[in-house]
Amino acid sequence: MAKRIGIEVSLGISEAVKLANVDAIAAYPITPQTHIVEHLSELVADGELDAAFIPVESEHSAMSVCAGTAAAGARTYTATSSQGLALMNEILFIIPALRLPIVMTLANRSLSGPISIWNDHSDLMSVRDTGWISLFAENGQEAFDLTLQSFRIAEDRRVMLPINVNIDGFTLSHVIEPHEFLSQEEVDAFLPPYEPIIQLNPDKPVSMGMVGIPEIYFEAKKAQDVALIESKKVIKEVFQDFGDRFGRYYDFIEPYRAEGAEVLLLTMGSISETAMEAIDLMRDQQGKKVGLLRLRLWRPFPNEELRQLLSGVGALGVVDRAVSYAGAGAPVATEIRSALYNCESKPYIASFIAGLGGRDVTIEDFVTMADLTVEMAAKKEVHEYKMIGVRE
Amino acid sequence: MIEVRFHGRGGQGGVTSAEMLAIAAINEGKYAQAFPSFGPERRGAPVIAFARVSDRKIRNRTKVYHPDIVVVLDPSVLKIVNVEDGLKEDGVLVINSAKSVAELRQDYGFKTALARVDATRIAMEELGLPITNTTMLGALVKANGLIAVDSLVGPLEHRFGRIAARNIKAMQRAYQETEVAGKE
Repeated sequence: MAKRIGIEVSLGISEAVKLANVDAIAAYPITPQTHIVEHLSELVADGELDAAFIPVESEHSAMSVCAGTAAAGARTYTATSSQGLALMNEILFIIPALRLPIVMTLANRSLSGPISIWNDHSDLMSVRDTGWISLFAENGQEAFDLTLQSFRIAEDRRVMLPINVNIDGFTLSHVIEPHEFLSQEEVDAFLPPYEPIIQLNPDKPVSMGMVGIPEIYFEAKKAQDVALIESKKVIKEVFQDFGDRFGRYYDFIEPYRAEGAEVLLLTMGSISETAMEAIDLMRDQQGKKVGLLRLRLWRPFPNEELRQLLSGVGALGVVDRAVSYAGAGAPVATEIRSALYNCESKPYIASFIAGLGGRDVTIEDFVTMADLTVEMAAKKEVHEYKMIGVRE
Repeated sequence: MIEVRFHGRGGQGGVTSAEMLAIAAINEGKYAQAFPSFGPERRGAPVIAFARVSDRKIRNRTKVYHPDIVVVLDPSVLKIVNVEDGLKEDGVLVINSAKSVAELRQDYGFKTALARVDATRIAMEELGLPITNTTMLGALVKANGLIAVDSLVGPLEHRFGRIAARNIKAMQRAYQETEVAGKE
């Protein structure tokens, strides 16, 4: 086992990007993502990473440059947050359509207004339908591991799609905690060099990003959708291989003390760790049969796996970190309700919104949500969503 | 698990104190977290930082609400911030002050265990600056031996480079000079 090193989570991600030996980085600084690319620019300037670091004047340009470098066959990385992601929006749709395997860290931060630099998942939810693979890390080690795995998944010829790796802004990005790094030899053995299928090259001209007339656009979109659905196989394979090599196994949905649970909570991101503490408290000290599902893969959505895990479960409380204003539920809960609607056996599903704009989600909040789920299920309460930890 | 809250003013290096503590603990083979009171840097304004140290993997990612140790880097925040807020009954306050323990108890009504050191004086003598973040680490470890004082040397050397020796001396002097009093 490698020695544990105390380092800021952002710098751990920079280390993973360096070990992945990327060719090109284009980024614009935005809190709380800045430390990642700041450190990468130092590594490039110091000659520790042989890559093109391309400073740009906006995130729209950052993602446009990434499109260009990836199309030219370069292993490409970027990172952003919140308003920066919003400014990239136009280009985000084009990246998966062009099948460019860019890896991006998203240090999740709420969207303005009011202006907030703090954490929630509203930025990612605003780009849900751009066609990227979306993964969530719960701690620094996972952020490091998932960043490395993302390059291999994205560049697999059966995938060729971009990935955003989500880390909670500040609550992960700015925390110093233990990491076990991999050596360059270990990473090189796990992650082969990127070999593009086609690339922009003046000696062998190709066209990319052509118009899709009505006779072909629909087929192009179907092909893209199939590719995203099919990527699950490769994601699973890479998770397995990474686990076999390094002993840290990942999955689409990771249950915690879910056996025999009468009620389950479901979380994404770093609050999952606090939620595990709450589950221990409820199980061991309060005698409640409560468990947890931690959703790691947001796109492609693990419909089938969720149906299996939730078959026979009485009640589920889904904890969202974003609002779909005046919608039928919060984003993750809506998705799960939808995935289960036609199933014979399905749990009652409560939808909670917690921790917007950096509000702490405490152990007590999870106990409240578990208790509420039981109460609401008993009454079969029809509802859209409830906000937890907010002043009335 | 031991939870720590640092009070200082923006620019005084309270976040660095938390970081040095966490890295020293991790180097000892323990688990630790350090994080700022997430927000924009505000030079001169009262700010806080947090650390957790444990023998087991730490999963709680909320702020520290019930610290075992509160470290006050700047005596002037005592007048404007309730530094005892949430402090556990058997916790300890570690204060940079020229005042005696008795005077601090009288002025602020502190009943808990109290450790004090004139860190500003030590910092002025050793560093020539009233920056007490490294000095107060010595006081913290004296008040609660959550890590070995020697474990701070490596992280300070790594962080402070050519001015590391002076910071290490200030930290070690504070470890010697800190006066610790049990709770009333």
